[in-house]
Amino acid sequence: MDPLVLKKLNQARNDRKACVLVTNLDDGRDRLVLEGHLVEGELGEAISRALLTGKSMTIQINETEFFLNVHLPPAKIMVIGAVHITQAMAPIAKMAGYDLEVIDPRTAFATQERFEGTLVYSEWPEDVLANNPLDPYCALAAVTHDPKIDDFPIAEALRQNCFYVGALGSRKTHAKRVERLLAGGISQEKIERIKAPIGLDIGAASPQEIAVAVMAQIIEAFRKRRLN
Amino acid sequence: MSDKAKLDDELMVAEAWMKSGKEVAIATVVSTWGSAPRLSGSHLVIDEDGNFEGSVSGGCVEGAVVAEAMDVISSGEPKMLEFGVADETAFEVGLSCGGNIRVYVERLG
Repeated sequence: MDPLVLKKLNQARNDRKACVLVTNLDDGRDRLVLEGHLVEGELGEAISRALLTGKSMTIQINETEFFLNVHLPPAKIMVIGAVHITQAMAPIAKMAGYDLEVIDPRTAFATQERFEGTLVYSEWPEDVLANNPLDPYCALAAVTHDPKIDDFPIAEALRQNCFYVGALGSRKTHAKRVERLLAGGISQEKIERIKAPIGLDIGAASPQEIAVAVMAQIIEAFRKRRLN
Repeated sequence: MSDKAKLDDELMVAEAWMKSGKEVAIATVVSTWGSAPRLSGSHLVIDEDGNFEGSVSGGCVEGAVVAEAMDVISSGEPKMLEFGVADETAFEVGLSCGGNIRVYVERLG
């Protein structure tokens, strides 16, 4: 392995950048392909497949064998609102292999007792996200119902191109939210990415069922995401 | 916060060893059949003194990989190793039985 390639690979992983290390197994040469850097042909298709599935694999192209070692940042779900739905989402996310963190400035909600084993910030989203920026491998679910808390992280998630942005609230609530986001300078195209009402339409009624619907929607968004 | 935490895995170890002037080999699981214990892409990194970090199996072929890595470090020529994990002992039935892995070993630099 080229020492420079190893340095670049470690840098990319530290920066939460998705990448594939391509090694020619016949001659040992390697190169790093970051997500968003287009590679043509059969190799390029295989690289895209590896990025989407997260599975490393060998591929044979014109008698030459390549190994594609894919490195994806761990997908992380940021939930705004330490509510009942969030309490049910936390164990589902853990089971499905997603990191989940909770932000809620309302200290009565954001207690460690209500979220054992989950990282909970009892601070304003503005402050938390300043230190822990969102990125395309983050999902954001806003479930407080309170524009004072939800609006900023929703706008920020759209700006940072999070793979999923969902917001709780009726169609009426959402229409008002759209107006506020537009007034705040977020484009219509970005706003249309928001999943609202939140969750797959499975007729979910209880907080636990809504949690299942939201998690399913997040998983769908991740597995069917468009590569940058 | 976990994001801010520095990565601490065998590829970081390999880079640290390299920076400290050591010769390093990197072994990578490139394909698996059956119920192999480690996924494709898993690494074992080895330095010139035979120190190692990471794993390419549940522990049964690491010794052989380390020995081959010594050759790779001195020759600079990469090697492809194949193991039938079922041939090795110390694997419980139903866990890794019947697994096969191919491990690519290369020198860093």
